[in-house]
Amino acid sequence: MRPWRGTGWEDRSGGEGTMEEPRLRLMAAPHLHAQDSTARIMWSVVATLVPVVLAAVWFFGAGVLLVIGAAMLGAMLVERLLGPGGAIRDGSAAITGLLLGLTLPPGFPLWMAFIGGAFGIGFGKLIFGGLGQNIFNPALLGRAFLQAAFPTAITTWPAVRPGEVLTFQGDLLAAPLMTPAEVDVVTQATPLGLWKFEGEVTGLWDLFVGATGGSLGETSAILILLGGAYLVARNYMNWRIPVGIFATVGLLSILFGLFDPTFPGPLFMIFSGGLVLGAVYMATDMVTSPITNGGAWIFAFGIGFLVVLIRGWGGLPEGVMYAILIMNALVPFIERITQPRVFGKERGVKKAEAA
Amino acid sequence: MATRTDRRAPKRGLAGLGELLFGPSFRHGVHPPEAKGLTEALPIRRMPFPEEIVLPLRQHTGAPSRVIASVDDRVERGDVLGVADGYVSVPVHASASGVIKDIGWWPHPSGTMDTAVRIQVDRFAPQLTRPRIVPEWRGLTPDQVRKAVQNAGVVGLGGAAFPTHVKLNPPKETAIEVLLINGAECEPYLTSDHRVMVEYPERVHFGIRVMMQCLGVDRAVIGVENNKPDAIARLRETIPEDLDIEVIGLTVKYPQGAEKMLIKAVTGREVPSGKLPMHVGAVVQNVGSIAAIAEVFETGYPLIERIVTVTGPGVRKPQNLIVPVGTKTRDVLDFCGGLTPDATEVIFGGPMMGVPQPDLDVPVMKGTSGIVVLTEKESARPQALACISCARCLAACPMFLNPSRLGQMAQLGLFERMAEEYHLEDCMLCGSCSYVCPSNIPLAQMFALGKAGLRRAQQRAREEQAEKERLEKEAAARDQAEREAAQEPARKEREVA
Repeated sequence: MRPWRGTGWEDRSGGEGTMEEPRLRLMAAPHLHAQDSTARIMWSVVATLVPVVLAAVWFFGAGVLLVIGAAMLGAMLVERLLGPGGAIRDGSAAITGLLLGLTLPPGFPLWMAFIGGAFGIGFGKLIFGGLGQNIFNPALLGRAFLQAAFPTAITTWPAVRPGEVLTFQGDLLAAPLMTPAEVDVVTQATPLGLWKFEGEVTGLWDLFVGATGGSLGETSAILILLGGAYLVARNYMNWRIPVGIFATVGLLSILFGLFDPTFPGPLFMIFSGGLVLGAVYMATDMVTSPITNGGAWIFAFGIGFLVVLIRGWGGLPEGVMYAILIMNALVPFIERITQPRVFGKERGVKKAEAA
Repeated sequence: MATRTDRRAPKRGLAGLGELLFGPSFRHGVHPPEAKGLTEALPIRRMPFPEEIVLPLRQHTGAPSRVIASVDDRVERGDVLGVADGYVSVPVHASASGVIKDIGWWPHPSGTMDTAVRIQVDRFAPQLTRPRIVPEWRGLTPDQVRKAVQNAGVVGLGGAAFPTHVKLNPPKETAIEVLLINGAECEPYLTSDHRVMVEYPERVHFGIRVMMQCLGVDRAVIGVENNKPDAIARLRETIPEDLDIEVIGLTVKYPQGAEKMLIKAVTGREVPSGKLPMHVGAVVQNVGSIAAIAEVFETGYPLIERIVTVTGPGVRKPQNLIVPVGTKTRDVLDFCGGLTPDATEVIFGGPMMGVPQPDLDVPVMKGTSGIVVLTEKESARPQALACISCARCLAACPMFLNPSRLGQMAQLGLFERMAEEYHLEDCMLCGSCSYVCPSNIPLAQMFALGKAGLRRAQQRAREEQAEKERLEKEAAARDQAEREAAQEPARKEREVA
């Protein structure tokens, strides 16, 4: 074998062919790529929430747009200032702010909503390393922070006023850190509060459509379910998680109903409070839910179980937020025990040869 | 004749419905755009001989051929240039008559430089003067057939270029029940196998006959993706009456043509991890390679040309061509009207697993099934983002691995843990995970790196072990010498005394 010098290497390049040669690239296989992108997934989630927001406007007035806007502003501002460059475009901060806004009561002071969004992104996501690295759902972490910091404001539920779009309820413009002015606001207990503290069960139709007191996104179950169905159809959501949560909550409430006749029926349990929003939009957050399908079922069962437990025996009327946050923390362990069986191997015998 | 009871039972449930609607399949996989319309209806044409032919000696899996020709030799079409160097090796033949200009390094499609024989093609040679080189098939024993196949330089034409005679000779202790013919052609854009099945179905069946005789099996199944109904129909029409050949339409899904996936789809069996198809009683051969066996015996010429799909949005006149092995890519593309100005990538093989070629002087080899030219539209990739655990890669991976987790570990360089806990060695680099990743993470590339890193680590460990043993041996020898030296004066004293 001779070295390449003198083998014609010098005279072989160019000149031989008649065609133009564009500059060619060296890229690793595969050379094709599917159209979906992370940004498209995120913004699709945002888009499916628009009808939910509009329903909130219908039931609680245009003030809800300010609450949601403040939460989104807080989340996106922190992402823009402290996150990696261009991260705002992937839409994940927008989702965090939007979902946080939907968990807040109408008439919630705007500055608090802003703080909640900022906390959610700052301490819920960026501190872990940004997109994809966080353990807890940032929107729920933001809400947990608000619940601890402002327990009164976050449990003040202005009444539903369907169609009165231009009324602004509550103390939206309260100044930061000041004692809120006494605002004349008509409040209404949430269905879960009514059940827990008054023993009164709200009608199912009102629950389903959303004509009840509660957080902005706790109301319209049907619109949330439609949005979720669209995301499932587009393969932007793991359907096993909401289905598993609904099934667990339903079955457990039937079970407990056998022993305790005052325990509400499965449909009330599913459609009251934040369960539908939590199951469809919060628990399914891709980053903070298990990546394996087996894990998704375990995760869903855990959330459903904790929700029933907290609602039935806890001190709070609602437990979806804590249920999801607790299960978020367990995701790495769940994933570890639910690794898929590899093609051509038996399940579980990882190191048969090594042993 | 084998009983039909060993054929697999139909699946139940949703999988059964899918099988009923779309044909048998494996689980998971992806659906890239098929993009076969550019060439699937174009009959195979023959390309004229180029001015120069470059024949690398490493065109197949196994040992490269050993060159026996020398510079300035005059060679005829079909002459042996390099002989098989060992059992897993085949010869290389001159694909055109002419004079050997040079034997030296030349750019190789694998991206390296490699030894190649360059032939200045004789423009006035008739190119067809040779008598039969490969013997008549009739009357040959299986051993003689295998020898003839090896001497004719036949390898798998699907891409890996594994020598065919080795596949024809499974170890005696394995019971081969079925010969599977891979006509899936699941890579987008490629249509060479499709055209072979449509234009030469008799050749496919003849090749199957040769192989069945060699293997001693009496049943063969041809698996074809359902997007080639004309190929399925032509193959079914032409099945010889005395052979048990079945043609199965498979679900159109990538990577249906991967060996293990095809076996799963057709027989329902999973090839155990780290094992070969023969462990589940199957031998798989690509449809183009089967046709090549038949062609070799029919024409009497060794494997010196092959069918190549030249296609993609970046080439002006896509077509299916018979190309002499060793033709430079530039000449092939020239013949197809050249590249468009926005062409970005020239790929040997399909766009999912093919190898990009930065240098158009690389020659077409025996294993080159297609030359796909992509443009900016297909090549553009947005910046990679972090993994968001969307689980698409898990749903895509035909080997049921966890590419998301593997990717995170690859970034940290934890290659050994990737292999021990997450089955890196089972990855076949089909690229399905990279294809679907919405964050555009180059997963398959990272796994290729991981596998290379692992090999290096193992090599290093072996070397360190050897070094340690050598040092210990030396130390022991030194100790021994010292002990002897210490005893020496004592002995001398004794001797004196």
